[in-house]
Amino acid sequence: MKKIIILIVTMALLTACKNNKSENVESSTSKIVSLTAAGATFPLPFYNMAFEKYTKDSGILLTYGGIGSGGGIRSLKDKVVDFGATDAFLEQKEEAEFAAPIVHIPTCIGAVVVAYNLQGVENLKLSNQNLIDIFMGKITKWNDAQLKASNPGVKLPDMNISVAYRSDGSGTTYIFSDYMSKISPEWEKTIGRGKALQWPVGMGAKGNPGVAGTIQQTPGAIGYIGSEFAFAQKISFAQIQNSTGNFIAPSLESISASAQGDMPADTKVMLTNSSDSNAYPISGFTWLILYKEQNYNGRTKAQAEETVKFLSWMIEKEAQEIAQQVHYAALPEKAVSQAKEILKSVVYDGEPLLK
Amino acid sequence: MLNGERITKIVLFLTSLIIIFIASGMVLTLMEGAIPAFKEFGFKFIISSDWNPTDGRESYGALPFIIGTIATSIIALLICLPLAFSTSLFIGEIYRGTKLASFIGMMVDMLAGIPSIVYGLWGFYVLRPWVVDMGFNDQGYGVFTAGLILAIMVIPYATSISVEMIKMVQNDLKEAAYSLGATRKDVIFSVILPNARSGIFTSYILAFGRAVGETMAVTMLIGNSNIIPKGLFDTGNTMASLIANQFGEADGLKLSSLVAIALLLFFITGLINGFGKLLIKKL
Repeated sequence: MKKIIILIVTMALLTACKNNKSENVESSTSKIVSLTAAGATFPLPFYNMAFEKYTKDSGILLTYGGIGSGGGIRSLKDKVVDFGATDAFLEQKEEAEFAAPIVHIPTCIGAVVVAYNLQGVENLKLSNQNLIDIFMGKITKWNDAQLKASNPGVKLPDMNISVAYRSDGSGTTYIFSDYMSKISPEWEKTIGRGKALQWPVGMGAKGNPGVAGTIQQTPGAIGYIGSEFAFAQKISFAQIQNSTGNFIAPSLESISASAQGDMPADTKVMLTNSSDSNAYPISGFTWLILYKEQNYNGRTKAQAEETVKFLSWMIEKEAQEIAQQVHYAALPEKAVSQAKEILKSVVYDGEPLLK
Repeated sequence: MLNGERITKIVLFLTSLIIIFIASGMVLTLMEGAIPAFKEFGFKFIISSDWNPTDGRESYGALPFIIGTIATSIIALLICLPLAFSTSLFIGEIYRGTKLASFIGMMVDMLAGIPSIVYGLWGFYVLRPWVVDMGFNDQGYGVFTAGLILAIMVIPYATSISVEMIKMVQNDLKEAAYSLGATRKDVIFSVILPNARSGIFTSYILAFGRAVGETMAVTMLIGNSNIIPKGLFDTGNTMASLIANQFGEADGLKLSSLVAIALLLFFITGLINGFGKLLIKKL
């Protein structure tokens, strides 16, 4: 028995020594500021490129973990990241769960496109009612009279419709279902909005690549995918009827137009079903979230300053151009100035970090 | 005094203790995480077929996924049984020791080492279009397609263990049977199988257990619809695949429900293993 105790004590001592060592290493490297962020996967291609560019130009080490919006929110709540990323803004109730007030900074606008696989049919038009009926399983054939009515002169085949959706929880699903809920009270009542839904028909596939692959491989399939992915893959997608009745094809311009209207000062708004006549209606901001008071958890002022500096770079021209390169729509000027105002409200020990 | 034997004993004791710690720790964490879900839904969690994650209407039931898991695994086992059985006889007895047998044995081992995502991709591009071409359904996803890929994945497991078991049957017995005028068929069914059957049976239990827990390839082929499948060619979902799909963005009650499903999966695998052990004793 004695021997066992001796063994355990020795082991404990050994591990203790190891701990001491690693702490020493950490404290010697902590002078170099590095920022960590985690969250939404929807803007991942943009963030990867922008973070890399910023690291190269400024020498500040930035790391981003695409772990999903839910994970991003949790990480910020647990204070293990400098800022988080989310596709859906936090409701009052969710914000109340945080130890301190947080702010939302929009970084770009993404959209959700309705992609389909029909040989020889280009520029498919879908009215609001068509869209609802297809995804609720009421229209099951491509040559349905309702679809023909929206697409005069187009030869629609006698083929079953296979609906594809995201099987994983996703901001893309949230934006799509938010739009569907806005255009149809019936959808709102029976299915509603969320990152994952109870789908009445169809099949689920994992991630944008999964849904896109399913659509491309299945004649007669229809589904929704993030615009950044659809644009890069050159999948055919439908024109959607916006709130003014125009059929609008998704493009960087028509997506950006959805943020033209008036917005609340905190930018916490779903852009879906925009009132702008040129806007593509299934669009939405994606946000970075951070604490308003940056002095927490022993963070240094330098770290807080670099965080804010980086975030203001994200909404400015250089980063916004990167966003467009990877097929996200840029923030309209008005949204940029609003985001700037929000950043000015971020403080360290009560002192604003950005003048 | 500390002599070699005592040290060995202590080290062995400690390492086996670690296994107990890990296993019980896992069960405890899962239980702790699952409490809110079981509190909210009680026993209904297991028998309810409703999986509705929409805010304000949240309701979670595991039945569709339990059915999906069992259905795909049984399909896999049924397809795997004849194939694995004949392959193992081929390698372990009929062509035993030949180059052909060792080549096939090598291929089987190779199949066992392929990562499941590769099976999933292959299934997506080859099996799925085949199911569509056969006219089973429109998109090729479903319980049957998932069962098919699972069968291919578990065949190597069942085969390689069965081969070892068949090879272990003593030569004296076989020679004695031959000297009594038994044909090859007689030897296989009256000597080899009775002697190796508990081992062969274990190999199928292991294969079934692996099919139950398989995730990635299933996710890519089952269609991931969170409802009870209406037939063999309807889409569905399994417990492991649901967790893999929905964990990333889950929180609150949904997260707890996913953990509860993980706990159920843990118990189901335990039950299968226990059931297998019991049967082996009986055989």
